[in-house]
Parts: sequence; structure tokens; C-alpha cells
Amino acid sequence: MAKLTMIKAITAAMDEELARDEKVQIFGEDVGKNGGVFRATDGLQAKYGKDRVFDTPLAESGIMGLANGLALTGFRPVPEIQFMGFIYEAFDQIAGQMARYRFRMGGSREFPITLRTPYGGGVHTPELHSDSLEGLVAQIPGLRVVTPSGPYDAKGLLISAIRSNDPVVFLEHMKLYRSMREEVPDEAYTVPLDKAEVKQAGSDVTIISYAYMLQASLQAAKDLEKQGIHAEVLDLRTLAPLDEDTILESVKKTGRVVIVQEAQKQAGVANQVARLIGEEGILYLDAPIKVVAAPDTPYPFSQGEEPWLPNKKTIEKAVLDTVNF
Amino acid sequence: MKQLDFEALKHSPSFKPLSVLNEQGDVVNEDMMPDLTDEQLTELYKQMLWSRIVNDRATKLNRQGRLGFFAPTAGEEASQLGSNFAMDKGDFLLGGYRDVPQLVKHGLPLAKAFMWSKGMVNGNKYPEDLAAVPPQIIIGAQYVQTAGVALGLKKKGAKQLAYTYTGDGGTSQGDFYEGMNFAGSFKAPALFFVQDNLYAISVPAKVQTAAKDFADKAVAVGIPSIIVDGMDALAVYAASRQARDYIVAGNGPVMIETLTYRYGPHTLSGDDPKRYRTKEEEDAWHAKDPVVRMKNFLTKKGLWSDDKDKAYTEEVDKEIDDAMKEVESQPAESVAEYLQDEYEVTPPAIQHELDRLNSKEGK
Repeated sequence: MAKLTMIKAITAAMDEELARDEKVQIFGEDVGKNGGVFRATDGLQAKYGKDRVFDTPLAESGIMGLANGLALTGFRPVPEIQFMGFIYEAFDQIAGQMARYRFRMGGSREFPITLRTPYGGGVHTPELHSDSLEGLVAQIPGLRVVTPSGPYDAKGLLISAIRSNDPVVFLEHMKLYRSMREEVPDEAYTVPLDKAEVKQAGSDVTIISYAYMLQASLQAAKDLEKQGIHAEVLDLRTLAPLDEDTILESVKKTGRVVIVQEAQKQAGVANQVARLIGEEGILYLDAPIKVVAAPDTPYPFSQGEEPWLPNKKTIEKAVLDTVNF
Repeated sequence: MKQLDFEALKHSPSFKPLSVLNEQGDVVNEDMMPDLTDEQLTELYKQMLWSRIVNDRATKLNRQGRLGFFAPTAGEEASQLGSNFAMDKGDFLLGGYRDVPQLVKHGLPLAKAFMWSKGMVNGNKYPEDLAAVPPQIIIGAQYVQTAGVALGLKKKGAKQLAYTYTGDGGTSQGDFYEGMNFAGSFKAPALFFVQDNLYAISVPAKVQTAAKDFADKAVAVGIPSIIVDGMDALAVYAASRQARDYIVAGNGPVMIETLTYRYGPHTLSGDDPKRYRTKEEEDAWHAKDPVVRMKNFLTKKGLWSDDKDKAYTEEVDKEIDDAMKEVESQPAESVAEYLQDEYEVTPPAIQHELDRLNSKEGK
């Protein structure tokens, strides 16, 4: 067991699966010798060879087409799209093809593809590198959308994703790559897909979040604790399809909900969570559902990030509003 | 048969279309006459006639409401089946929505093709050993997947290739270039067909590009390309066979452009070619008819006759009738099946939907 950053945990997961299953293929832009622009695939080409870990021409639709074609010939592709903002280029191969191929063929073929891609704000990138586009992919039936909130889950969830015979979009928040460490077992282990986790138990209010905002929510919960407010913090982990049972159970327990996401109010998955609670859990509620999200503009340039992104303070305020309603 | 110089074709595609038969069915290019037995020549013609009959019957069945979506294939038999005839059973086919004849001759039961037309998912439940995917609807999407399938075949060391089709309009898609470029970069065994039938629905081919020919586009990705008379099954076969040998030997991908014509509308869903084509143009292409041309060739060789045409037509009619019986006896599909088939491991949220559905149906 060692204390690892999330990026190291992600590399470790791919290392395990490359060793375990010869069908695993890792490819994308700069993932070979360079080990990826974030070093997620660092050392993997040297260890497993150019046949298993390789660079592709610079074209996102081509990369995802390659993934679909390799899946059709029995491989287990793990393509990387360098930044999630680039998936627009590959949207047909993701939404029109990968997500529905199994369904299209009446379940007669499997598409064990794990698309890895970094996203998320606060790291001062150029335009279209930081956008939280998880809502776009979460709206596509046939996919699983997974995003870890730290190193331990990252390794276990990525191993589960790669072993899954269904396509998974695996989203890696860039601000989590190197900002925290956790104990991560040396050996392979899985964290279940389709399952949210109660990160911190509480009784007064449920904060539902994921990825970097989950960490911000935990910090907010710590401060709120000092004010005598016991918040339950729920990490969605799989954004689609949602773990409805865990969400509703927590709402039933606390009667108050704050949903926190970095994506704009019109985007992300907060609206899906609110829909679920409105439809199935409204009678548990003692206060209206509150959503903490970014404003409905395109993602701003780096100087605008700080005032634009939700943070610990905006989460705390929303929780207080809800608790004092 | 004379060997095509594919290495030279990488740098300059042949702009004079390759042909073997003239419009009367006489061999005008002995050098390129493929080495096919009388039996094989006859079989190739029978596949083309089969396709023409299926086209005509499917059109009627659509009008009667007994079949659904159908993209007419008449006029394109040499292009579609001359190329397909050069492939092996283990080669992987990724076609577009008009490439159904190749799928059936590659091993898809006709009844399944009809089920697809009618909008039944059962039509797309392919047998394990059928190396193909259902017809692609998004123009060009199959090209990038072909690069992936071809790379997969190469990684497995299979002596097989992936082959795909698009049309003149498809060459304008980014995926067209990306697919050929990826396959070229990985030296993957892929064969890319462009069936140039002069119109993308109504938009003339000359609107698609400033390139002199679509085959020019292969030069940019560094792969050989060749233009063939797409109304001449033997020319299409000859080019396809040689391309296949070249590709399977490990030399990387090839693109073939076939010059052809669709007699009918784009699909049977309301397209009227009279809005964008002249009768004179249509007549000129009918004079090149690929089925008639091949029949004349075989008749002159003493291998075929009108009587044989008639007998074979009856055979195909029966095959179609049997397939339709199978289609029309299919049970209705259910949403529960859709939910079950969506994922290999059904997520709890989907299971809840399924449970709600089942309890509703139970009441």
C-alpha cells in the first residue's frame, strides 16, 4: 500500500489490466513514448510494447472509430481523448455508434470500450480544455459515465470499467490528478460501477456531488460540522445510469438536498438527480432541492474561472439556505 | 491476368477507368480478364440477377407496406457484387444502407435483411461467425470503423481484410479521410470502395469536390487507388481481387472508385430523381446495364440463356417468398427486450424501469 496521486492510481489500473488481459489496447494522441500529456500512460509502452500501447494520428473521430473497430474484432480498447472538450470531434463515434452498437445488434456483439478523458476546471487551460461535458454523455442511453473523486476510487473504478463488457466513458477531473493523495493498494481491486457511495454520514442534509466538487463538498461539510450541521455527503461515482436507491435512501434520511456540480446549471447531471428526487422522493423533503452549479455561459477563459466556478463557500451558503428554510 | 502496379498507383491513380467488357458484353481487355472458371462466372452473374430481382420485388413489397426502408440497388449490381465476389468469407464487411446485397451474399440470411428493412432488431442479431456489421446509416462512419477492424485483423495475424463502401457524397465527410488515413498510417488491411453513382440524393458529384476524381483523395493519405467501370462486373472483380491480394500480403490499404449509376430513387421514402436528373442521362446509363452486359457475355460463351434466366427468376422469387413468410411470422418486439439487450450487465436504474414495465404488464 502506498499513498498515490490520482494520476498514478490511473496508471496503476491500466498497468494491472494490460498485464491481466492481452486483449487490452491503449491508444490515443501522445500516449506512447510520451506517456500522455498528463503522464497517465507513463512507462506503459516501454513495458507492454507498441502493439499494446500506441500513438494514433491526431483525429478524435478516427480514434473512436478505431476503438469501435477493435471491439468488433474481439479487443478491449481503452482509447484516450486528450481533453474532454475535444469529444465534439468524435461525437458520432461515441453517441451514434459506440453507445448503441450492442443495442443495434440486439445484444449479439459486445463493446468493451473504456474511453478515458480529462476534464474539469481550475487549472487555467486554453479554451475547450476544461468544460464539464458529462451531462452530454450522461444523456446517451447505452453508456455508463463514471468519474472518480480521488485516487482509491480511480484505480478501482477504472479496473471495473476496463473489465466491463459495456462501453464506459471514464472522466478524470484534472484538478484531482495531483492535488491529493490516498492509500491505494498495490494489487488489483475493483470499485463497483452503478454504485454511489456515502462518503460521510450525516443527518441534517444530503450533499450530492462528484469528482472535484465532491472534495469541495467534503471541505464544506467539515466547516458546517463546526456550526452544528451534520451533512451527509454522497459521491455519485457513476453519473449514468444513476444509483437511484442510494440517492433516495439518503434523501429519505435527511429530508434536505443540495446537489453540487461544476457544470453549468443547464448541463451536468444535477437536473437528472433533481428529477429523480422530484418524482420518487418529494414527500421526504422538508425544503426545496438546491442546486449549486456554474452559471449558464460557455466555460470562461482562465481569468474568469475563479468567480465562475462553484466552491466551498457557495456550497456552504446553499447548505445553510436549505437547512434554515 | 496482368498485375496492377499498386505502388505506382499510390502516386498517380489511373484516371482511365479499368474495363474488361464493353457494353455488348465482349471482352475488350484480355489482359485484365480475371481467372474465373465458367462456374464462377455464372455464379457472379446469378448474384447480380438475384440482386436485380430482389430490388424489383422489394420495391413492390415496400409499396404494399410489407417491407420498410429500402435503398434501391438496380444499376449498381456490378459495383456491389463484382467487388464482394472477390472477398473471402472471413473478410469483414462494413457497408452503408444501400449495400445490403453484399451483406446477404456474405452470409446474412435474406429474411434478416428484410427484417432490418422492416425495422426489426432481430434482423441485426447476427450469427456469431458472420464477419459484418449492419448497414451504416451515418455517411462515412463505417470508414473509421473499418480502420479499426482492419487493425484488429492485423493484430490477430489473420490473412483477412476489412472492406467498406461509401458513395460520392461520403467522400466529403471527415471520417472518409480519417478512416483511410488511419488505415494507411497503421498499414492495416483495409479496402475502401467509393461507389460513385453521380448523386448524393440530389447533389451532383461535381459539387462535392474540386478534386479531378475521388480517387485523387487516396494520394493524400499515401495509399493506391484505381478507377474502374462500375457497370462492368469483370472489371470490378479484377481490380478488387488484385487489391485484396495486395492488401492481404501486408502492403496496406487500397481505395477503389467504381463509376456506376442508381436507376431508382435514393430511397423509397419520397425521393423523385426527375427533380435532378434528365431522361437522356438515365437512358445513357441504362444502355450500360451491368446485368445485361454480363448476361450477353455468358450467352455468347454458351453458358447462359433466356430459359435459364426464367428458371432462376422463379427460384429467387421463391427464396423471397420464403423470406417474407419468416419476416411476417416474427413475434412482436417488446420494450422489455430492448431494456435487457441494452447492457450486458443491466444497471439497477434500468432494472427498475424493467420492473415497473413488467408490473404494469402484469396488471
